[in-house]
Amino acid sequence: MTTGTEQVVEAEIETAEAGKNESFDGAIADTDKNESTTEHHHGPAKGISRWFFTTNHKDIGSMYLWFSLTMFMVGGCMALMIRTELFQPGLQFIQPDFFNQMTTMHGLIMVFGAVMPAFVGLANWMIPMMVGAPDMALPRLNNWSFWILPFAFSIMLMTLFMEGGGPNFGWTFYAPLSTTFAPPSVTYFIFAVHMMGISSIMGAINVIVTILNMRAPGMNMMKLPLFVWTWLITAFLLILVMPVLAGVVTMMLMDIHFGTSFFSAAGGGDPVLFQHIFWFFGHPEVYIMILPAFGIVSEIIPTFARKKLFGYSSMVYATSSIAFLSFIVWAHHMFTVGLPLAGELFFMFATMLIAVPTGVKVFNWVATMFRGSMTFETPMLFALAFVVLFSIGGFSGLMLAIAPADFQYHDTYFVVAHFHYVLVPGSIFSIMAATYYWLPKWTGNYYNEKMGKIHFWLSFIGINITFFPMHFVGLAGMPRRVPDYALQFADFNAVATVGAFLFGFSQLLFIYNVVCCIRKKNQASKQVWEGAHGLEWTLPSPAPYHSFTKPPKVD
Amino acid sequence: MTMKLLNSAKNILSFSQLKLVMLLLFAIPSAHADWQLNMREGVTEISRTIYSLHMTIFWICVVIAAVVFGIMLYSVIYHRKSRGAKVQNFHENVYVEIAWTVIPMVILIGMAAPATGTLKKMYDQSDSEIHIQVTGYQWKWRYQYLEQDVDFFSSLATPLAQINNQEPKTENYLLEVDNPLVLPIGKKVRFLITSNDVIHSWWVPDFAVKKDAIPGFINESWAIPAEIGIYRGQCAELCGKDHGFMPIVVEVKSQVDYEAWLAGQKLAQIEKAKSAEKRWTLDELMVTGKEVYTKSCAACHQASGEGIPGVFPALKGSSIVQGDPAAHISIVLSGKSGTAMQAFRDQLSAVELAAVITYERNAWGDALGDIISPSQIAKMKQ
Amino acid sequence: MAVTNNKLVIKLMGSTLLMFGFGFALVPLYDVFCRVTGINGKVDLTPGTYLSSSDTDREIKIQFIAVNNEAMPWKFKPKEYSMKVKLGQTYSTAYIASNSTPNYMVAQAVPSVSPSEAAAYLQKVDCFCFNRQPLDAGERKEMGLAFNILPDMPAHIKTITLSYTLFDITQASSKVLASTE
Repeated sequence: MTTGTEQVVEAEIETAEAGKNESFDGAIADTDKNESTTEHHHGPAKGISRWFFTTNHKDIGSMYLWFSLTMFMVGGCMALMIRTELFQPGLQFIQPDFFNQMTTMHGLIMVFGAVMPAFVGLANWMIPMMVGAPDMALPRLNNWSFWILPFAFSIMLMTLFMEGGGPNFGWTFYAPLSTTFAPPSVTYFIFAVHMMGISSIMGAINVIVTILNMRAPGMNMMKLPLFVWTWLITAFLLILVMPVLAGVVTMMLMDIHFGTSFFSAAGGGDPVLFQHIFWFFGHPEVYIMILPAFGIVSEIIPTFARKKLFGYSSMVYATSSIAFLSFIVWAHHMFTVGLPLAGELFFMFATMLIAVPTGVKVFNWVATMFRGSMTFETPMLFALAFVVLFSIGGFSGLMLAIAPADFQYHDTYFVVAHFHYVLVPGSIFSIMAATYYWLPKWTGNYYNEKMGKIHFWLSFIGINITFFPMHFVGLAGMPRRVPDYALQFADFNAVATVGAFLFGFSQLLFIYNVVCCIRKKNQASKQVWEGAHGLEWTLPSPAPYHSFTKPPKVD
Repeated sequence: MTMKLLNSAKNILSFSQLKLVMLLLFAIPSAHADWQLNMREGVTEISRTIYSLHMTIFWICVVIAAVVFGIMLYSVIYHRKSRGAKVQNFHENVYVEIAWTVIPMVILIGMAAPATGTLKKMYDQSDSEIHIQVTGYQWKWRYQYLEQDVDFFSSLATPLAQINNQEPKTENYLLEVDNPLVLPIGKKVRFLITSNDVIHSWWVPDFAVKKDAIPGFINESWAIPAEIGIYRGQCAELCGKDHGFMPIVVEVKSQVDYEAWLAGQKLAQIEKAKSAEKRWTLDELMVTGKEVYTKSCAACHQASGEGIPGVFPALKGSSIVQGDPAAHISIVLSGKSGTAMQAFRDQLSAVELAAVITYERNAWGDALGDIISPSQIAKMKQ
Repeated sequence: MAVTNNKLVIKLMGSTLLMFGFGFALVPLYDVFCRVTGINGKVDLTPGTYLSSSDTDREIKIQFIAVNNEAMPWKFKPKEYSMKVKLGQTYSTAYIASNSTPNYMVAQAVPSVSPSEAAAYLQKVDCFCFNRQPLDAGERKEMGLAFNILPDMPAHIKTITLSYTLFDITQASSKVLASTE
């Protein structure tokens, strides 16, 4: 950073501090509270018990983030195994049954182990700081909701070593492949899903209570930062759909062990019913994985464009309408199961409708950049890539929504390309952007900007080489979830594998950068980014163990 | 505005350049280079309609992308701090916001109209002339020509050696079957699709037909193939271990050739029944048995007969294979409920069944020397 | 603060439980939905009324197919592969099943109609699919079916296919028998 900007930053810090003193004056009236909080005003406990028994939102947030990073690496290794097998036609490295276990576990781990915990971790760290609260509303629940996860995923990963192997029926676990025809380990899988569900629901309850009850005086709903807004809506989605997932796996459990036949035609059940219930959960789940990303990008772009977010209220309404629409589009995953014509048409129209609020968001981001004064630090680079590549995923999504064309796209690599474009440069890039963006606030140190930029470019090139060719092989007719393929798909598959390794290994740079940032002192200012606004930047870097012991005043 | 257009043009240019660079960079030398980028147009009216629908929507997306990314690129280039760009603080404009809500709505309605028309056409199954029941099995297809008494299974014909890289792969690697589905040109064929075990999906890209095969339920789809030729597809729904190894091959023939083929099929069934009457020697049965075993049993029980521990039981040294022939015959004919072991009664002919059972009892060094005669099986099949 | 938190937490937990229940409620809801719209060709399993005359001369073709699920070893075939039927009149036909195994077995036939739109108009007056079908070792049985098609079926449907998938429920039914009888 140039000396010029440093001066600006320092000047801004002074004003910010002045502002903060004022706000403390305003809060002093609440004397009772001050005393009780000062009593608790101490640092973290020492040793390992700090992590087991912590109720601190920052500790728990960090654990969530580290957990997610670990799972990202585990799921990533599985992806690389898949890509290695698919490098050339023929069976080289792994056998089909293990291949299916890898695709299943890769999906489950990335969805439930990497993306969702990362967002919960970010919520834990940032929401109290953004709404001006000392901590999350339900700290002990918070501890529980994290510590369930490592056990859930241990159980899930353990299944790989059991007789008959782990789950091999795809992350969508369609019955009867996942019931009558499943390996015995499916019971452990069901148990693990239940635990993850409980963890997510507890996390969501905590987020909602914190946002609704813990806001600083003056922080009314339409002043909430967008990250908080999108998380609030996400949390409601979680509460509405995670129990449905729990329900569907419970039905599976009963079908497998207690002789019911929810999903077996023999006893009057219906395998298609499974898909309806699953996607009633599954489609909102997709938005659970992208709404917080929208929030993150809506924080980052204004900071680096040095301009207020365009259309704040329309962003809130767009997010809410996406959340609402997500409940009435589920059967677009099932266009080929034999829905009646009226059903196909309804779900096609409803799905296409989602393009409208999504479009509004993209237009708002572009309008925020327009006539701004942009700089391109690593978080901004990731946010820009998010806007472009997520939009590409959105376009292929629109194509998939067209029911007649979906008969050709469905269950091909075109779908794989589509959802990886919304999930990798969508959710994952937003998580990385958020990490770079708030890392100086968390650790008190700047990360290595140059290394961050190299990481961005390698990832950007890597994912495009990996996933763009998948559009082509998908259209050309390659089905998804196959361990081997016909010769005409060979070239693009080889390209995709090369890209996957590039993307995978460049993440080591990210880990190195984060670790260095924690270890090495490169003192970050309170303001961190020149254009940053929001309560979190009024706290010192690193942020104190208890965020706002006295509520700040917001006007 | 001109600036905008210029930028979007630039964007398109850079996109095609990017693609070119990508192609050059990754033109890995390969004997089977085939860079097919797009959907197949196919050989039915529906598949062609879908293709043009797909292309229309693709180009609409490209234009929208060019405009949006163009404006974004313009801001990135011209509104950067290093160029001394000054911030213009605007953060709301009702008219603009209404415009970019309404305009996409209009575009979407424009897309939905032709899509609805196509979908309605796809759902009109009336006036079908040929009805074929398609049943998915783990991991093969069964085709039954209703009212014709023609009924056969169709499974992967690619030899295991090619899959395991011991032999060079041939042109239609993984897309070839022993008995293709045969259809006449220009007739409306109705496919009644169902499944024997898990959910499969019957997909022929050139017909734009993809329908899930669901156990206990029947789905339908139809096609009027307009060109003579061979069309290849694959199972499109994850259905277990060999999901990637159950292709679909459809041969479209002229009406005359089709009728000749039908007659031939009926004749072959009579031939099969006859050959069961014949006396078979152990060696003959072993040769046929090995073929059948490789095709129908090796996927699970493995060529070595050792199975996959914990998943598929070994046959080598198993008590059923070593024990009473009646129990062995019964499990092969009737399968075992609740496991992947299917009933092969309808899948294989009497000769094939007798041969494969004989083979299993005599291969792998634990030769019992007994012969299961085809005529014995033929009686049980009736 | 703590009081308001508790209230909110209880409300949220309540909605979680409600949604868990809703997941299960989807099962009967889906059945109702299917019956109304005919999704999946799911057929009403309650006996329909006998119809003998109607004002329409419309004739359609009905095809019968038989599917054996998984390892179901019975031989199972329709007596006739197709029939021409007039709307609003009751017809009867049969499926033939024989148990060629050396064991007593129980089967359940599950009907499905295609196109699914027609399912709502196909009434079964009497059907072997209403009951479990036990057969002794080596036994052969003609299983009867009487049906009619409601006269108000949409005009564009000219061919209906009725399929029966035969499931082996020997084990499941012995469990049920043990508990109920």
